[in-house]
Amino acid sequence: MHIFSLRRAGQLLVVPILAVFSALLVGALLMWLFGDDPLAAYRGLWEGAFGSPRAWSTTVRKMTPLILTGLSVSIAFKAGLFNIGASGQFVVGTVCSVAVGVNFEGMPAHLLLALLAGVGGGVLWGLIPGLLKVFTGAHEVIVTIMLNYVASLFAAWTVYAGGTQGQTPGPLWDVNAGPISRTAEVLASARLPWIFGEPYRVHWGVLLAIGVALAMWWLIFKTTLGFATRTVGANSKAARYAGINVRWITVLTLMIAGGVAGLAGAIETLGLNHRFAPEFTGGVGFDGITVALLGQTNPLGVLLSAFLLGALDAGSARMQFDSGVAADIIQVIQALVLAFVAAPAIIRQLYRLRKPGDLSESTVFSSGWGR
Amino acid sequence: MSHPAVPALEARSITKIFPGVVANQEVSLQVHAGEILALLGENGAGKSTLMNVLFGLYHPTQGEIWVDGRPVTLKTPRDAIALGIGMVHQHFQLVPVMTVIDNIMLGDEPIRYGLLDRRHAEERIRALSHQYGLAVDPHSVIEDLPVGIRQRVEILKALYRNAKILILDEPTAVLTPQEIEGLFAVMETLKRQGKAMIFITHKLKEVLRIADRILVLRGGRVVGAADPQTATQSQLAALMVGREVILTVEKGAARPGAAVLEVTDLQAKNDLGEPALRGVSLQVRAGEIVGVAGVQGNGQTELVEVITGLRRASGGQVRIGGVDRTHASPGQITHAGHCSHVPEDRHAYGMVDSYTVADNLILNQYAQPPFARAATIQQAAIAEHAEKLVKKFDVRTPSIETPGGSLSGGNQQKMVVAREFSRPIQLLIAAQPTRGIDVGSIEFIHQQIVAKRDEGVAVLLVSAELDEILALSDRIAVIYQGRILDVVDRAAATREGLGLLMAGVKAEPT
Ligand SMILES: Nc1ncnc2c1ncn2[C@@H]1O[C@H](COP(=O)(O)OP(=O)(O)OP(=O)(O)O)[C@@H](O)[C@H]1O
Ligand SMILES: [Mg+2]
Repeated sequence: MHIFSLRRAGQLLVVPILAVFSALLVGALLMWLFGDDPLAAYRGLWEGAFGSPRAWSTTVRKMTPLILTGLSVSIAFKAGLFNIGASGQFVVGTVCSVAVGVNFEGMPAHLLLALLAGVGGGVLWGLIPGLLKVFTGAHEVIVTIMLNYVASLFAAWTVYAGGTQGQTPGPLWDVNAGPISRTAEVLASARLPWIFGEPYRVHWGVLLAIGVALAMWWLIFKTTLGFATRTVGANSKAARYAGINVRWITVLTLMIAGGVAGLAGAIETLGLNHRFAPEFTGGVGFDGITVALLGQTNPLGVLLSAFLLGALDAGSARMQFDSGVAADIIQVIQALVLAFVAAPAIIRQLYRLRKPGDLSESTVFSSGWGR
Repeated sequence: MSHPAVPALEARSITKIFPGVVANQEVSLQVHAGEILALLGENGAGKSTLMNVLFGLYHPTQGEIWVDGRPVTLKTPRDAIALGIGMVHQHFQLVPVMTVIDNIMLGDEPIRYGLLDRRHAEERIRALSHQYGLAVDPHSVIEDLPVGIRQRVEILKALYRNAKILILDEPTAVLTPQEIEGLFAVMETLKRQGKAMIFITHKLKEVLRIADRILVLRGGRVVGAADPQTATQSQLAALMVGREVILTVEKGAARPGAAVLEVTDLQAKNDLGEPALRGVSLQVRAGEIVGVAGVQGNGQTELVEVITGLRRASGGQVRIGGVDRTHASPGQITHAGHCSHVPEDRHAYGMVDSYTVADNLILNQYAQPPFARAATIQQAAIAEHAEKLVKKFDVRTPSIETPGGSLSGGNQQKMVVAREFSRPIQLLIAAQPTRGIDVGSIEFIHQQIVAKRDEGVAVLLVSAELDEILALSDRIAVIYQGRILDVVDRAAATREGLGLLMAGVKAEPT
């Protein structure tokens, strides 16, 4: 039994490791084709991610929201749902937490309330596609994509500075910002404290995120709710047979997914940015898809993959500085990682395909989906 | 029978080892053109594994495969197909939303001027249907077709790829007796036209009827061969299981009590929205087995689904233990209604392939103590339960941590039966409980059903096997076009009488 699970763990790691390796290889090839020096670039990347305490702190900072958006996408996958809406949920979470964070001076437990507001905004943004799916059959992929637009336009409106012809500014716009569309700074009482202050800027959010990941692992694998969720994702007919309320699990899972992505937005704002402006988009929401798939939708795997992607992000600036290779190559590499790790998975998820026949040796690679 | 010297397909000393299991051990077999070879063996004997090896799905750990007198290497099924080997899997590999033509040409599309040449494909399909007596409308969509026709499409798909050797893994398990007749007619035609066939089944009657030669596997090895001209069912059973098997069920008279299941004027629609149940009324009392006989597709499936809460009733009532459960959820019926359900389609409803045997054994009790406490899963209790059931029901699995989907077909069924038979219940609904199960295990499951009855459980048995209905039932309800045409006592029932009822002919009372 023990050996069996070790084998399984080994199998789980095969695809992600190969994917990252191949992506780095193709990335190197691209650089070489364009006359750049891949070795110098990767040396810079390493330096920027791990070369110094500063580098480490950047990696940790970049990793934090990725953990949460990765978890958001992962839990949805467990129930057989594809949450492309982590980005929108992140943005709504940000706006809600800022709304609480800039107001209510002197409020007790201000930070907690601001965090909860972020979670609540995300939950709402997950609830909508959940209800639409369950009651009208609208596919969550379409609805969450649409809601991403709604979220970012709504967020932009809340901080709109008003027009020169007297258009009304948005409710969260900072009067002192003049023509700039942005909120005021979050009050000190609602900020996540630093673990390491300037110049490292590592806040407590990272521990919170790791804690959420551990809790999520426990929820998925150790609780009856997790069992129900996994069953719905693996075989929704069998889930019905087993007495599981598939609709409720669908809605609840999307609410949890939304809440976790919303928390990511809240943490980024209350811990790091301390304000919201429209250019803070929910890009990390989309990166959550890569993180989740690279992490094999397992919360512990998500921790590893968020760390890896965070490091890639963190090192890219130094890479550009040291080697002259444009930092954008990192995005290419991330996209390649996603493509390598996900191509079969996404297709199977979207089309609900099952592998033919028994769980044969040829399906070993895919056995990590926990489905 | 005179064979050409060279076998069409030959396995030479094939060994296949899975982690923890030797599925095939030095198995050799030959099949010639124009011959039907039947492969018999217990659940888990290694039949499907061997077939998957011959079709290039699995790679043998050792041994050789020869086609037409030449050794070959089969890396993928593509290689096997190129060599003229075709396989009809037990679980069909068709795309439900596509038409027959599209399914058949999928992966081997005729191209003309860079475009799909559907017309060409259609012509070939029509010609093949005609040649082998496989009537199918090429334009119909798979999901609208009954199982028997879908199987024809699978066979056509193989023939379309010029298969000379056909592997049929338990093709009759999901067919009605009429469809089985149809399949046998097709197999006879294929045989006359020189195709070689390997045929797997657990129904000994079928083997004696259609096979030219019989090979028996046990524990992954070939343990014997038999000649269908001379062999008897009990000889074959003994050869398969390694002991005498009692092919008849021994049971005393029923002592029925109060009604447990009361179905009154039940109406429901099928998946296409057509009426499937048109006022079914039926009672099952404690301590009796009521068998539902009928040609597949007359509402049996829908009846079971409505009773167990998986399908909505559009009218009428279901009472279980005196309580109205007409619109109750499956969970309420299982737990509050103390009801067990062996579903007809184990892959759709009965199990989760990727879950371990242990988890599958608590699939519908995962939230009940002792398997869950304070909303957390109790791994130890689940494992203990699994060890017990695996032993009691002889589920052959390397361990309780093995994914349920990697068990052999019959052992998956035993796993489902084990789960449903081992909790306190008042009502047992068993739909095709022995589908895909070997004779030895059928004996055991039949004994268990009778034991449940004798404990005072009300049993509703739905089976496509008239033999099974006759062997187990105390009363037999015949369903026809969504109505119960008649309910007869076992003692008064005859095969002929039931046959007429199943065809919708009701004798006038004289
Ligand atoms: N993909 C697999 N991985 C691991 N073990 C397997 C796999 N496929 C089959 N086995 C094991 O190999 C053995 C033989 O299985 P196989 O499916 O060939 O049996 P079978 O003779 O077809 O039985 P049945 O009559 O129940 O269909 C079983 O013990 C089974 O658990
Ligand atoms: Mg089999």
